[in-house]
Order: sequence, then C-alpha cells, then structure tokens
Amino acid sequence: MSEPGTTPVIHAEHLSRRFGDLWAVRDVSLTVQRGEIFGVLGPNGAGKSTTIRMLCGILDPSGGTGSVVGYDIAKQSEQIKQNIGYMTQRFSLYEDMTVEENMRFYASIYGMGGRERKERIDEVLTQIGLLDRRKQIAGTLSGGWKQRVALASSTIHRPPLLFLDEPTAGVDPVSRRHFWDQIHRIADQGTTVLVTTHYMDEAERCHRLAFIFRGQLLATGTPTEVVEMRGLRVAEVESERTIDAAELLRKAPGVEEVNHFGHVMRVATRGVSEPETLIRSVLAAANIAVQRYQTGRPNVEDAFVSMVREDEAVRKSGRGQEAA
Amino acid sequence: MRRLLAVAWKELVQLRRDRLTFGMMVGIPVMQLLLFGYAINTDVRHMPTVVYDQDHSAESRDLVERLVITGFYDVVGYVHNYEDIGREMRIGHSHVAVVIPPRFGRALREGTSARAQLVVDGSDPQTVASATNTALSLGAAYALDLSTERLEKTGRGAGNTPLSIEPTTWYNPELKTAIYVVPGLVGVILTMTMLMFTAMAIVRERERGTLEQLIVSPVGRVELVVGKIVPYIVIGYVQMTLILGVGRLVFHVPLQGSLPLLYALASVFIAANLALGLFFSTIAKTQQQAMQMSFFWILPNILLSGFMFPYEGMPVPAQWVSQILPLTHFLRIVRGITLKGSTFPEVEGEFMRLVVILVVLVVLSSLRFRKKLG
Repeated sequence: MSEPGTTPVIHAEHLSRRFGDLWAVRDVSLTVQRGEIFGVLGPNGAGKSTTIRMLCGILDPSGGTGSVVGYDIAKQSEQIKQNIGYMTQRFSLYEDMTVEENMRFYASIYGMGGRERKERIDEVLTQIGLLDRRKQIAGTLSGGWKQRVALASSTIHRPPLLFLDEPTAGVDPVSRRHFWDQIHRIADQGTTVLVTTHYMDEAERCHRLAFIFRGQLLATGTPTEVVEMRGLRVAEVESERTIDAAELLRKAPGVEEVNHFGHVMRVATRGVSEPETLIRSVLAAANIAVQRYQTGRPNVEDAFVSMVREDEAVRKSGRGQEAA
Repeated sequence: MRRLLAVAWKELVQLRRDRLTFGMMVGIPVMQLLLFGYAINTDVRHMPTVVYDQDHSAESRDLVERLVITGFYDVVGYVHNYEDIGREMRIGHSHVAVVIPPRFGRALREGTSARAQLVVDGSDPQTVASATNTALSLGAAYALDLSTERLEKTGRGAGNTPLSIEPTTWYNPELKTAIYVVPGLVGVILTMTMLMFTAMAIVRERERGTLEQLIVSPVGRVELVVGKIVPYIVIGYVQMTLILGVGRLVFHVPLQGSLPLLYALASVFIAANLALGLFFSTIAKTQQQAMQMSFFWILPNILLSGFMFPYEGMPVPAQWVSQILPLTHFLRIVRGITLKGSTFPEVEGEFMRLVVILVVLVVLSSLRFRKKLG
C-alpha cells in the first residue's frame, strides 16, 4: 500500500485451488480498487468461500498468485491478517459474552488496548446505535442486530480491507437494508469491501461485481456493465393460460428464461431483434391472447441465471459427446 | 502476549457466564472427595474382634478392655490358637484378632519389653488402616501410662519401651490402605477437568463458527491454544489444592513430602492431559463427541491406573495398558509424596515415564492440530 489509490487492494492472477480431484476454484483473476464495494456472486458451492480463504492467506492456492493490501497471499499471510477484517456467514460473535465484551476481545486480539480501545468501542457502539445495550448478552440480540454487531466487531481495528462471506444469509429484508447501509458507511470511510452473496438485490448495491460459478469467473464489471454485457432484453407479459404460455415461450428460440410474478410473466430473450413480435407470434399460434405487453429492465439476476444456464448447457452437450 | 491474554480473559469471561461448568469445576472435586472419603470411613468402627489370650493376667484383660473402649473393636469371641483366628476371619466372623503371648503381664510388671500382636484381615483393606492405627496409638498411650506409673514408683524412666503392639497384616502383604484414595483423587479429578474442558473449549469454538474468525485474525496457533489452556491450568491447581486441603481437614490425609515438589511435578501431568484434550478436540466435531471421548478415556484410567484396584493384582496385559496411562504414574508420584514423603530421586522413574508420555502426546496433537486448522 505504498501509494493508496494507485495500487489495487486486491490483485489476483489465475488463482486456483484443488481439493483432491475437485477444482474448487479455477483460474480466477480479479482486481479490486481502494474504497470499492466488490461483490462476488455465485450459488452455494461455487467457490466463493474458497476464494476468500485464499485471499486471506489461510488457504494456500494450488496455482496462481495474488497480493492483498500489498502483501503476497502465499508468503505474508500474517501481515495480511493484521490488515483485514473478516466476517463469515455464520454468526461469529461469542453468544455468551456481552456486546461490549465481544468488541473488547476483538480489539485486543488486533493489538488495541487501554484508552484507544475504550474510545473506539464507544465510537462503534454509537455508530450502530447500541450504546445503551452494550451490556446485553450477544446471544439475546435479534438476528439482524447480531450481524450488525459482528460487522462492527470485525471492523473495530479499522482494517483497510474487509471480507464479508455471505454476511446476510438468513436475515430479514429490513435488517439487510440496515446492514448494507452500514457497509456503505464503512466503505465511505475508505475501507475496501469484498462481499459474497447470493441475494441479487444485494449485488446491485455493489460498485463492481464478479460472477463465479463452478469455481470459474464468468464475468466482472459494474452491475450495469455485467447486465449489458449479457445483451438481454426483458418483456413483462400478461396473458391467458399463463402456464401453457410459459411452456410455449420457453421452447421458442432466443428465449432464455420465463418467470412468473403473480399474473405477470417475465420473459428474458437474448439475440432476438424484435422480442415483442416473437412473443406475440408464438402466443398467437396457440390462440393465447396477450392482455398486456411492456418492456422491462434486465437485472443482475437475469444476467446471472442466463450465464449459468448457458454454462450448464455447454457442459451437458460436452458430456453427451463424450458418451457418444 | 496481549493477544494471548485477550484469549485467556475471554475464556474466563465465558467460564464465569457458564455457571454450570464453573460449578462443576469446584463441585466435582468436593463431591467426589466426600463420597470417596466417607465411603472409606464407614464401618471402620466396631470391627468384630477375637481375642487369643495366652496369658490370662490382669494386664492382658486390661489391654483388651482398653481396646474395646476405643469403640473400634467389638470382642466377638475368644480363641485358643492361630488356626481358629484364620477360620474366624475366613468365614467373616471377625476382621481383627488380638494375640497376647504368655508372660505378657509379668513382662509389663518387670518393665521388660511386653509385646502383643494385632492380626488384621487385609482382604478388607478399608479396615486395615484404622484397625492398625488405633491399636498403635492405643499401645503408645498405654505404654506412656505405664512408664508414668513406673516413674512415680521408682523415680526413674524406663530405658526401653514397656509395651509394643505389633500389627501384622495377613492375606495382603502389599497393604493398600484406603487413605490412598484421596491423593489418588487429585490425579483422577485433574484428568477429568483438564481433558474434558480443554477438548470441549476448543470444539465449542469450532462448533459455533468462532474458530474460523480467530484463524483469520492475527492470533497465532500457539497464542490461541496457550491462551485457552492457561485458565484451565489455574483451575487444575485450584482443584488440586482443594482436594488436598479438604482431604487433610476432613480425612486427615497426611502430607509427608514436599508440597512444592508435588506441584512442580503435577505440571507435567497436567500438560499431558491438556495435550490429550487438544488431540481429542481435533477429532471431535461436536462438544458432545468431545465429552464422550473424554469419558471413554477416563473410565480405563480409573479402573486400570491403580486408583481403584491395585496394580499388582491386574493381569499382565492390563498392566501394559496401565503403563501408558499418565494417571498410573502420577498416582505413584502423588501417593509417594503425600503418604510416604518421597523425594524427587525416589519418584524420578515415574516422572520420566510421564515426560515420555507427554512428549508423545504433544507431538501427536500438534501434528493433528496443524492439519485441522490449516
């Protein structure tokens, strides 16, 4: 971190990790700049946690190189640990200790003590609005509050880089919003954040994104870029006999995905010049009347599902050829 | 160092919150001590006794009377030869026999050495200690009475002991007294606490997901392990002090040897159990498994270490197993120091075996621990 702003906080090249015969992570390269909120998206088992563990220096890569906050992930894991915060999908506080005791413990293991520690704890407690509940046993907090206390504890030593591994799994929507406000506040103070999630609405709140699937990076960019890159067009269609209609549309060429949202079908197409013409003609052929047609905005979820589908189709055909 | 202290502090905070565990740490030693301690003391009074009086003098009758007055001996019959003593003991009519040789009274009157014999049934070891101890102190008191009496009469003290009662233990020459149980408890309790609570304390971190948090923090492996263990070492010594203290106050367990030596040597035993606890913690996935593994280990320790049954009485394969248990060697050390006043050179052999066991366990557990955390 010789010159902040010029050196990327995370820089990984061709990172790979194998467990036995299984490649958990294969050839992942990514760069994260200072102050960014960088989201890593992928289904369970895609290799998100493995990637984070390698970047933290607690898991040796089978191949590739990387530097985190200016230190080599393979050789300088101790220095990296000093300069990162880390919070897992599982609640990582001690449930039988108070909020304040938890913070005191984490501050101490990062080498803080005395006045500095006390002031910092007060500051963090004020920020998250828990000053009056500092003596409460952490285990008695609600799920959303636990996550926010955990987040505050993992940033108590003001790390330049924060890793969040599915921090909001199982937390209700309102608490997730609060949590993300907190993440943005932390990022505004100059901390770089790398967060994994499989909530697509959260993905849209990141500055930049990486899609990871089966251990491989499928795309990186800002949420808008990632969506545009995929070239999807989305139509919102209301029709009769929606079940049959969806069935027919899924078979039509160029249709990637049909989803029901109440009475409305969301139809995503790719490489189709006139989606409206296509959809109307497919439904007309089956005598299904279209009651309403509206162009929608493709989102991160559409792009992600489309990419995963394509990847799976390629694999399936590959396996088919092998069998034949 | 600050990180190590932070881990130890955290462990203490959690321990204080966990009232049940905390209570167990103090409760287990005291409860076991009282259980075992009072089990020793039940029925040592009113031991059925036969008398083989070959003298039939006033003095011999006086001795028997004095023995009865102590409350430890109930005379259930008189016999006329050693064969009858054996028969009485074998059928369980009596556990003690008082044998008074001919000319006992005359010897006393003349001031030469008078001797009586106390035969004790060693197959019931609980009775042995109190039977012999009472008789010995009674003999001493009687002797003192006699010499005082003679001093008053003759104006000069006796050069030789006027009376001695010689206890002889039959059927069990390797006398195992019940007083051995209390020092032995020190070893048993330390095994339980050190093993179970260490294994559980580390598995708990893994089970609750906090271990992962610590691994990505600057806390090193050694700091983590030592920090977690230090509070338990302190607790181990507190328990040990508690057992020895209560044992002394309530059951009059003697301390013949050096207390600092005992505490110093105990550190190796404690370390061995901690290392084993760490090893278990790398295998167990849940606290429940850690608990079960600990019990699995503690049971043979109690049965085979010599705590409950004498080592000499075990079949040879059981003795081999016994040799690899740290408790076996610690028991000999703790009994040696407290009861026999052994010095370091005298227990060095057992100590060295303990050191070997410790080294093996440390190597094993650190190999496993490295793998699991990395």
